Amino acid sequence: MSETMFGDLSGVREGLAKVEYLADDGIASVVYLAERLGKPVLIEGPAGTGKTELAKSVAAMSGARLIRLQCYEGLDEAKALYEWNYKKQLLRIQADRGVDAEHEDWVDLQDDIFQDEFLLTRPLLEAISAEDKVVLLIDEVDRVEIETEALLLEILSDYQVSIPELGTIMASQIPLVFLTSNNTRELSEALKRRCLFLHIDYPDLEREKQIVLTKVEGISENLAEQIARVVRSVRQLELKKAPSVSETLDWARTLVLLGIENIDVEQAKQTLHILLKYQSDIEKAAKELTVEA
Amino acid sequence: MLDLLSGFVGELRNAGLPVSLTENLDAMEAVKHIPIEDRDAFKYALAATLVKNEQHWRAFETVFEVYFSLRGPEYNVGDPDGNGEFDPESLEEWMSQQMQGMGGRGGGQDMSPEEIAEMLFRALLNADEAMMAAMARAAVTQFAGMEPGRPVGGTYYLYRTLRNLDLDGMLERLVDESAQRYEGELTPLAERLEREEFENRIEQLKREIEAEIRRRLVADRGVEAMAKTLRKPLPEDVDFMHASREEMANIRKAIQPLTRKLAARLARKRKHKRRGPLDFRATVRRSLSYGGVPAEPRFRHPRPNKPELIVVADISGSVAAFARFTLHLVYALQNQFSKVRSFVFIDGIDEVTHMFQNEEDITNAVHRVNTEADVVWVDGHSDYGHAFGVFWESFGKDVNAKSTMMFLGDARNNYHSTNAWVLKECQKRARSVFWLNPEPRSYWDTGDSVITEYSTYTDGVFECRNLRQLEGFVDNLA
Repeated sequence: MSETMFGDLSGVREGLAKVEYLADDGIASVVYLAERLGKPVLIEGPAGTGKTELAKSVAAMSGARLIRLQCYEGLDEAKALYEWNYKKQLLRIQADRGVDAEHEDWVDLQDDIFQDEFLLTRPLLEAISAEDKVVLLIDEVDRVEIETEALLLEILSDYQVSIPELGTIMASQIPLVFLTSNNTRELSEALKRRCLFLHIDYPDLEREKQIVLTKVEGISENLAEQIARVVRSVRQLELKKAPSVSETLDWARTLVLLGIENIDVEQAKQTLHILLKYQSDIEKAAKELTVEA
Repeated sequence: MLDLLSGFVGELRNAGLPVSLTENLDAMEAVKHIPIEDRDAFKYALAATLVKNEQHWRAFETVFEVYFSLRGPEYNVGDPDGNGEFDPESLEEWMSQQMQGMGGRGGGQDMSPEEIAEMLFRALLNADEAMMAAMARAAVTQFAGMEPGRPVGGTYYLYRTLRNLDLDGMLERLVDESAQRYEGELTPLAERLEREEFENRIEQLKREIEAEIRRRLVADRGVEAMAKTLRKPLPEDVDFMHASREEMANIRKAIQPLTRKLAARLARKRKHKRRGPLDFRATVRRSLSYGGVPAEPRFRHPRPNKPELIVVADISGSVAAFARFTLHLVYALQNQFSKVRSFVFIDGIDEVTHMFQNEEDITNAVHRVNTEADVVWVDGHSDYGHAFGVFWESFGKDVNAKSTMMFLGDARNNYHSTNAWVLKECQKRARSVFWLNPEPRSYWDTGDSVITEYSTYTDGVFECRNLRQLEGFVDNLA
């Protein structure tokens, strides 16, 4: 790549901080490398730790357009790559028939209807053929079946898409690709091999506090510290679903709205349902917080 | 640099991490873009290109620490103390250098254990990281009693150091101290949080000490030797029978997606079957219009039958560790399948389905199974024969063509009668019968193990000692 998007390693970190994403060393290094090596990044980690947010933030910081492909079971070529706009093709054929049906050669017609004009680009093709800078986000890639995964391989390793009727479309510029996965199933080796791997876990105490401070308006440092500590304490319990960063932020906002400055057990228990989503988890956490005290 | 990296990759492979050639090339490419003096970035660059599974991170980290702790000073800049300047050959010299380094910070070797404890206490109280690192070094020097060339593992030194530091007592002191500092104004919640904070710092200290010991051992014995001794099995290779608590937690996390996969496998099998069996009545009816010739066969609509699972697990002492895992597996399965019936046995057998069903919390469920299930008949030694006999008597009628049966156990029967006919009957009725055995294959049929006798009547007996094998079993289940 001739020009680099963001200077050096510390540049990445600062850039991300500017768009309110606090990256740790690992995240910054991998983003930096992804851009330098022109390789896609596979981000794995528990839900709500900022995987999708990272891609969005990188797009925001580099001023690139974000193209997002949300994966789901049953996603296929027509929705991910491209599709022929067959209604338009039909119209084209019919429109011709009236004018000079005799002169129309079948070969010509065939060439005619398989052209860019009749191609509906879907996210992957759009990212490849884009002229401007783009960040491609393939969200929750673990949701597609293992067979569909293969669809991504060509685009990830060579940044090209082969369309039988048109030939191969090469990328004019290499987009920054992020894939996220919640790890509900093991991804194929082939996919993993083509990507840089980044695991984002729950942030440590200090970083979580900083995140709360940046993202929640009007919060005091003292409260942020307490929130981070309570959340860490709750995460240590064996729960069905540990509180994620986004839930921490929701909780922090609630506490600020309620005008609470020092969290005590009662208040914590009353607002616990924002942090935890399962009744059994809430009960367990409430019990834990009281018993120990 | 090239040699260094290929050596490193070789060691990763030895540790069991699958590193492909392309990944190796990527790593080489990646380090070109990273300023070499930034040790953390260097580490993450290697990790991003070489490690593609979060569970392998620990193994990677260990190898990295060992491999790059001494390789020339330039890799050691990240180290706050800069103790990369020594020559690995002369440990003595290094030790004395180390002591001088300590000197600047208050006496190093001359410090009495009390002084060290006191300074450590201060450092922990104020979360002074540099101080903690320095104290970790001092503590190792003082207490570990490391001798060059002595073939003892790092855990031994770690144990010696920690025993002398009395970290539990330290924790209590810290909590008291902070309580005093706030003069009893702390709410119970705040107190609890404070304690957790200190626990966390002490954990950090332990890691620091461990790293310090490792550094010294590497200096003493050389990288290759150390890498070998520190090699630990990857999470998927950890034997269920000998898993530590921490490893068990990892295994538990990995079970969840596996059971989902298992459910998907069993479900897929039914989805692909388009037509049901021949509908004789309808075919004959239709044949009337062809003059009684059954020209057009009719089929029944496929009934979307849900897979039923019957799990029969041995929870006797000989497979205690495996049983712990088994119960977790059963619990996870119960969430995936609409119908799971679980039985546990030692020499008596009891159904425990309800214990798992109404319990949100797995630890409670396991506890209930262990205390409430009525599994002892005579003496609490495994008796497969009797347990199976009773099973057939009371629950045999529930086994039908929809059910898949899974037996979990080592088939060590204490020389009782085997009652293998129960499995034969089961196989006749059930869709399939599988047996998972936690023992290594080479132990099968030795002593009182009667696995072969049972295996005749199953659709397969699988060795299942670690996650990798369990995954293999799920994958093979076509």
